[in-house]
Amino acid sequence: MELSRERIYVSDFRQGLQGGVSIGVGYLPIALTFGLLAKTTGLSLMETVSMSVFVFAGASQYISLSLIAVGASVFEIILTTFIVNIRHLLMSASLNEKVEPASAWTKSIYAFGITDETFSVAATREGTVKTGYIYGVIVLAYGSWVINSGIGYLIGASLPHSLQESMTVALYAMFVGLLVPSLKKSRKVMFLAVLAAAFHSILEFFSWLSAGWAIVCSTLLSSIIVEGIEYLRKKGGMGHGK
Amino acid sequence: MESKLLWMIIGMGVVTYLPRMLPFVLFRGRELPPFVQGVLKNVPYATLGALIFPGILLIKNQDVWFGVIGAAASFILALLGANVIFVVLGAIGILSVYSYFF
Repeated sequence: MELSRERIYVSDFRQGLQGGVSIGVGYLPIALTFGLLAKTTGLSLMETVSMSVFVFAGASQYISLSLIAVGASVFEIILTTFIVNIRHLLMSASLNEKVEPASAWTKSIYAFGITDETFSVAATREGTVKTGYIYGVIVLAYGSWVINSGIGYLIGASLPHSLQESMTVALYAMFVGLLVPSLKKSRKVMFLAVLAAAFHSILEFFSWLSAGWAIVCSTLLSSIIVEGIEYLRKKGGMGHGK
Repeated sequence: MESKLLWMIIGMGVVTYLPRMLPFVLFRGRELPPFVQGVLKNVPYATLGALIFPGILLIKNQDVWFGVIGAAASFILALLGANVIFVVLGAIGILSVYSYFF
């Protein structure tokens, strides 16, 4: 009994590793570039890799480098990091509705690995998300992030420029690859994505909000509006459509 | 390691971890009101929409076409039913060809 449970866990983990491969590929150029930029900003190899080890958040690591370069205070940098990463609050709350029951300990360990990408891969999976699966996705994503930050620091500049440039599309392509299959199945998914994209474009165009809040607001607005419409339609007894 | 940077990295780590961890620990069961649960179930798709657009068009500042081609390639490959990894590799490949010629 114990043994078979263990075996199921291992196969979930392996599936998670497979799910994480596209993230690993996507992180490659970003982590390499981070390593390279960290070096030009004057960080040591140890500091560069430590930041990837302890923070594991692409956008805010980049921003911290530009803030270090302009001589911002530690407090300003930490506050900016918080604002940029506040969106993960929403993602964790959403994923918590979908994961299999697990102890608070287990959840607080894998919570460390929630990024836009690991969240997207786990959250678009059908049915309940297994703990082993999440660990698999995160181990691969985190490994790619940390190792490639170090490699970037050491060799970053020697990768052909055109390839580095083309690889910047990787994470976006992954998001598209995750969204489209659900898009084809449900009109609701299409409304959600298009509405959020529209809100985000408006917020970005007028730059009313910082990047972190802009994603939180557009995601929340779209999710609440679509849910509200569905609720009203059900209440009105006009049960057409899905 | 310089101590200012050490504190900065620790601080960044803490403020990044807390928002990721708190919802998992605070909402133990599934005791949230149904409407809130519904909204949270919508979040993944809305997030994807917001993460993709308009960012995908702006991946190369000086050249909108780079983003447009990248976006079109990803969408077409995904619509054809390609696995995520092939969408990623295909989009990289197509853009490599594009940047080779332009």
